[in-house]
Amino acid sequence: MSESERKDSPEQAEFRVHCRDWLRENHPGEPSVRLPQSAIEIMTEPQLHWLQAWQKAAYDAGLVGCDYPEAVGGGGRTDCQRVANEEMQAARTPFLPNVIGLGMAAPTLFYHAQEPLKERLLPRLLSGEDIWCQGFSEPGAGSDLASVQTFAERRGDRWVINGHKVWTSLAHFAEWMILLLRTDKSHKYDGLSYFVVPIRSALGKGVTVRPLIKITGETGFNEVIFEDLEVDDSYRLDELGKGWQVAMTTLLHERGGGELVTPRSGGLTAKTSFSPTARNLRTLAQETPRGDGTAADDPLLRDRIVHQFIREEALQQNQRRSRVPALQDHPMRLQLQYKLLISELAQDTARLGLEVAGPASTLYLADEHAPAGGQWPLAYMNSYGMTIAAGTSEIQRNILGERVLGLAKSK
Amino acid sequence: MTQPTNFGFGDECALLKDSARKFFAEHLPVDRLHALVAAKPDAEAVSDAAWREDLWPAMVELGWTALAIPESAGGLGLPAVAVAGLLEEHGRAAFPGPLAATLATSYVLAAADGGTAALEEIAAGRSATLAFASAAGSWDPGDTAVTAKGGRLSGTACYVQEPRKAERLLVAARDEAGLGLYWLARDAAGVALAPDTIVDLTRDQGRITFDEAVAEPVAGNGHAAFHAAMPALWMLLAADMVGAGEWQLQTTVEYAQTRKQFDRPLGFFQAVKHQLVDVMTRVDESKSLLYNAACALDHEPEKARQLAHMAKASASAMAAFASGRSVQCHGGIGFTWECYLHLYFKRQKHSEVLWGDGAWHRARLADMLLGEVA
Repeated sequence: MSESERKDSPEQAEFRVHCRDWLRENHPGEPSVRLPQSAIEIMTEPQLHWLQAWQKAAYDAGLVGCDYPEAVGGGGRTDCQRVANEEMQAARTPFLPNVIGLGMAAPTLFYHAQEPLKERLLPRLLSGEDIWCQGFSEPGAGSDLASVQTFAERRGDRWVINGHKVWTSLAHFAEWMILLLRTDKSHKYDGLSYFVVPIRSALGKGVTVRPLIKITGETGFNEVIFEDLEVDDSYRLDELGKGWQVAMTTLLHERGGGELVTPRSGGLTAKTSFSPTARNLRTLAQETPRGDGTAADDPLLRDRIVHQFIREEALQQNQRRSRVPALQDHPMRLQLQYKLLISELAQDTARLGLEVAGPASTLYLADEHAPAGGQWPLAYMNSYGMTIAAGTSEIQRNILGERVLGLAKSK
Repeated sequence: MTQPTNFGFGDECALLKDSARKFFAEHLPVDRLHALVAAKPDAEAVSDAAWREDLWPAMVELGWTALAIPESAGGLGLPAVAVAGLLEEHGRAAFPGPLAATLATSYVLAAADGGTAALEEIAAGRSATLAFASAAGSWDPGDTAVTAKGGRLSGTACYVQEPRKAERLLVAARDEAGLGLYWLARDAAGVALAPDTIVDLTRDQGRITFDEAVAEPVAGNGHAAFHAAMPALWMLLAADMVGAGEWQLQTTVEYAQTRKQFDRPLGFFQAVKHQLVDVMTRVDESKSLLYNAACALDHEPEKARQLAHMAKASASAMAAFASGRSVQCHGGIGFTWECYLHLYFKRQKHSEVLWGDGAWHRARLADMLLGEVA
């Protein structure tokens, strides 16, 4: 029995048994399609549909959204999502596709939307039937997010939206978007407001979604253009001019620091999945000829591969320690480091993979001789998505320096 | 066996850590530490090994020296995570004294078949240290240059920690049976101490030459005892380095909050801010690996060696980084003797190489994780 099980409340203990029983009977098994490395890289309808079926099944069984009230489609439980997440991880399930909906839109709606809007939108969000996307970044507003220019002009009870959002993952499948925009051009922060807007039903009627092609050659994210899109005032979250505060709720949950635990499954070790881990690095080194032996015999590479094993273990142990208040100096200190550390770790491991592979690292996806099917150069290039998206590593260091260390703000 | 998710760090451990922090802060805050060990700036000075010997009875009374000693030998038998917490505070205070050396000795004795009598002496308040390294700086006790014949020791042990502060010696010596452990008083007849002059002002080190010194044999295989105890020794040092690293971080952060240049506090500038964040993440990684290793010593001993290698490798790299950045980010004042930073800088450099530097630990890990090279 694990430590977390020992501390289960009666409700959690009973729920844990339920999760375990259900997962034993209902694990979806080996996927029928080749899955991407994460939800934001879902590219095809078959991938999406397979993953949506998994989320719907887990939702219907009460494993997703269980801490939300029943009135908004949740399970009405107390602190049980944590339990479901642990059991889904332990059962090595696929990831949930509606990742932006669950991790960012749902808590934002929960804390800032009017009841009727929550009751209308949250059930289909939690079940994964409605995919959500996030409209924050713009061509002129990246790290300096508060400088967004997308504008909503008031016409009675309606708003007319014009603007341009970029890096919008999942927009090509999304029914809904959380949208940070400007309702007042004279105040930078207090001129921002926050809306939810329908995307799919407005395609060609004020909304255009165009894929952006990454340096890898893959699609995955989009630009979204609003041209005179009319929405009702009831789609506004919180008060006019409070958009920045609402966005902070979104970002807090995105960075893992929110009150509501995000539903998370994962751990599936499909034959078709790949990620740049120290174990995969070891396999690559042991399979790569070098001199009379393999790359795993090279003393310099050995030292560097071991570094990656140590960093991976440290990150796991950071996660473990973040739940032990007696071993922390600041409540947010470890949580706020996670995104920075995991993205730089993956990048460094992938880069080392290229060095280990040597000349064969030049071979890409369609080359039959490419080590691991060309996944190493793909992972290395994709790693820059992780160190740039959701606050660049530089912004993460600013946040850590200012919020945790209390250093003067760099703006 | 599986590990508890909270590292087994319960209320008792938290209380011990907290009281240690208060003890060090009350009895030897950094200004008094500096006055004690760095009173006379002199690059050519011979180390005088100053410490607060008067505090030792209180530390014994608090049970600190008996933490790792089994209850059967008169100790407290507390988990390794409790020791980690204590040593973290010890490092934060850069405390000079034989506490770490004594705890290290108790780990080796506890791993030997016949260590009970010596452990009882430590539990009763005797300080102790290990004599096992060769002049070449090997931390493999099998390379010891000390031999034993009929219970009499001859030869020289180098890089002995805290020799002027420890009352007892546990010596690794080659004898008729292979490698044996021997226990004797540091001031016994035939024991000659030559203190090293070292960079670290908070520690003491020396070489000890034995000339037919009579010692008590400790029953058991010396190789096996040292081998079993080394992960705990690496954990002790990693804990001291993590505590010292946190002090370096917090002290430099305070300076960056108050010192102004170009009309702004230093911490406003990202070139400074980002370095301090990198120090923080390194300290945190090392701290998490430290408690992971300590918890494994308590709950999953078959994994403890690998995880302790990781903890010491990480802590050594962190200590080098935090030391360098703390001085650099202070600018000119950080380069002076009057600023307290140098005490920690020097202590960290000492800890970095003691009982295996980062590269040595990573080489051992490479053999474990990638297989040995034929």
